[in-house]
Amino acid sequence: MKRRSLFLNISAGLGFLFLYAPIIALVIYSFNASKLVTVWGGWSLKWYAELFRNDQIIDAALLSFKIAFITATLAVVLGTMAGFVLSRFGPFRGKMILSGWISAPLVMPEVITGLSLLLLFVAMEAAFGWPAGRGTGTIIIAHTTFCMAYVAVIVQARLSSMDESLEEAAMDLGAKPSSLFFLVTLPLISPAIISGWLLSFTLSLDDLVIASFVSGPGNSTLPMVIFSKVRLGVTPEVNALATLMILVVALGVIGAMYQMRRQARLLAQPDN
Amino acid sequence: MTSPQHTDLSQISERTNVQLPSWKSDAQPFVQIENITKKFDDFIAVDNISLDIYKNELFCLLGGSGSGKSTLLRMLAGFETPTSGRILIDGVDMAGIQPWSRPVNMMFQSYALFPHLTVAENVAFGLKREGIRGAEVKQRVTEMLDLVQLGHLGKRKPNQLSGGQRQRVALARSLIKRPKLLLLDEPLGALDKKLREETQFELINIQDELGVTFVVVTHDQEEAMTLASRIGVMNHGVIVQTDEPQDVYEYPNSRFVAEFVGSVNLFEGQVTVDEPDTVCVTSPEAGGELCVNHGISCAPNQDVHVAVRPEKIRVSETRPDQTYNCLQGTILDIAYMGSLSVFKVKLASGKEVRVTQPNTNRESGGRFTWDDSVYLSWDMDSCVVLTS
Repeated sequence: MKRRSLFLNISAGLGFLFLYAPIIALVIYSFNASKLVTVWGGWSLKWYAELFRNDQIIDAALLSFKIAFITATLAVVLGTMAGFVLSRFGPFRGKMILSGWISAPLVMPEVITGLSLLLLFVAMEAAFGWPAGRGTGTIIIAHTTFCMAYVAVIVQARLSSMDESLEEAAMDLGAKPSSLFFLVTLPLISPAIISGWLLSFTLSLDDLVIASFVSGPGNSTLPMVIFSKVRLGVTPEVNALATLMILVVALGVIGAMYQMRRQARLLAQPDN
Repeated sequence: MTSPQHTDLSQISERTNVQLPSWKSDAQPFVQIENITKKFDDFIAVDNISLDIYKNELFCLLGGSGSGKSTLLRMLAGFETPTSGRILIDGVDMAGIQPWSRPVNMMFQSYALFPHLTVAENVAFGLKREGIRGAEVKQRVTEMLDLVQLGHLGKRKPNQLSGGQRQRVALARSLIKRPKLLLLDEPLGALDKKLREETQFELINIQDELGVTFVVVTHDQEEAMTLASRIGVMNHGVIVQTDEPQDVYEYPNSRFVAEFVGSVNLFEGQVTVDEPDTVCVTSPEAGGELCVNHGISCAPNQDVHVAVRPEKIRVSETRPDQTYNCLQGTILDIAYMGSLSVFKVKLASGKEVRVTQPNTNRESGGRFTWDDSVYLSWDMDSCVVLTS
């Protein structure tokens, strides 16, 4: 093991402190018995109990999970298709435009994505009456739009690192293109697809800005509810809620990373 | 298994003592490649190749990278479509027949084992695509794994195998459907030297046992030599020479083949004697007259090359008793390689000649030393004249 210099150790320490100190503070204060957020009054779980009695928050959480679930599933289907086209169709007319379009949502400011989608939905409603009003459906469409970009990028990367002779071998052994996809390609990229799903799920769960633009009355997602509560002052209840959300998101991200590692192991060619 | 004509065939190498080789009989070729051309945009990968491959042959396509050998193989497998020309396998035109419907299987250079399936599942893959299920699959997979001596590893995943083991799994998987034609893309490329040698002989045994026609692509001339019943040497999309290994080595038809297959010394010169069974060439480069005991078709005074392999040259301190094929020079470099020593000898013309001498006894390595003046000589039947 190489000895690390003092400078590197300090940089790493500061980096972690900067990233995690606020989160740790939040988690600790969620167990605060005191009603005042900034005053420590001993350990307690009462804000968690309080949280589960709050119907508004429970409803918002259920709605967010539902949206995240549907979004992740749709994003995985569309994103896999897009990733496939980008890595397997070779050069074709409009490939540059497609890959540009697909990566655009990754770099576009959320405000702009949200605003443009809102304008689109309003214009569509005016033109042919769909989507009628905004709500869960429009949030799902909006989230799918940017989540599928992430999935496409992950799947494309996996497909391009995959040895194409695996697919040729399958064809050579008698697999027609349809069964080839389900027997060889899909199992081989499944870790990428699962990690794409988990990533989409957490992204959708996290999103506040885009959802605020495209949701309708009575369709507040969890981040929207938290945000509106915080504007009236931070309560320990919100801390508890935030702690739970960190837990869910962390699980999703860890799961996604685990799947990517599994993929790397699966595709790695061991030494002779 | 001996055929009546066996006695006529003194020329044929030991290994093919089975029958009259099919390319010398009037048998119907098993694979007929007719005027095949493949272009990628402006690049011509395969340039109007015609080739017949016969049943039970182990045909080697030998060539450097970019010679078009892999493209030709991929056209046989159906992964590439010829730009023009046609391919017949067992008399059937392969045009429009997809890879999954061809009576052909391929062993890939990377082995292309499915990493998510076990060894047994990998081998069974082809059978299951044929709709074969249950006990028959199990029995045939077991048979095939036993053939490649991997019966005990059926439950492993490919990434738990060594390179040699994966090579055998790939072979078993490509043979399980009992293809009429097996294509092997650099089958031994990823193995270390010792394993290669063992596997070469195993491949030949398996080919004998199953009676499958093999087409092997390789860039390794040693591999081609030991494996092949015939070799097709490829360069720039063209087959330069098709012959049995011994003939490719001893009677190369061009400088390219002579230099690509093994190492060779080439001397440029003009033809002075041109008789049906003797050709003599005066070569200023060699500093003497070089004679060969085979005739060639050439014009008088034509520029030709005389090719002689390093191991066919004798080294001596005293002038040998012959007027031709005798050169003088000084030893520039010596490489002791255990079984043999390699000498680089510089002639008066400045030309360097490579000579290998077997170290027949323990002391023979030290017989000559740097800057020794030596004579190089060889027999008339040791060299060939190349006109192209």
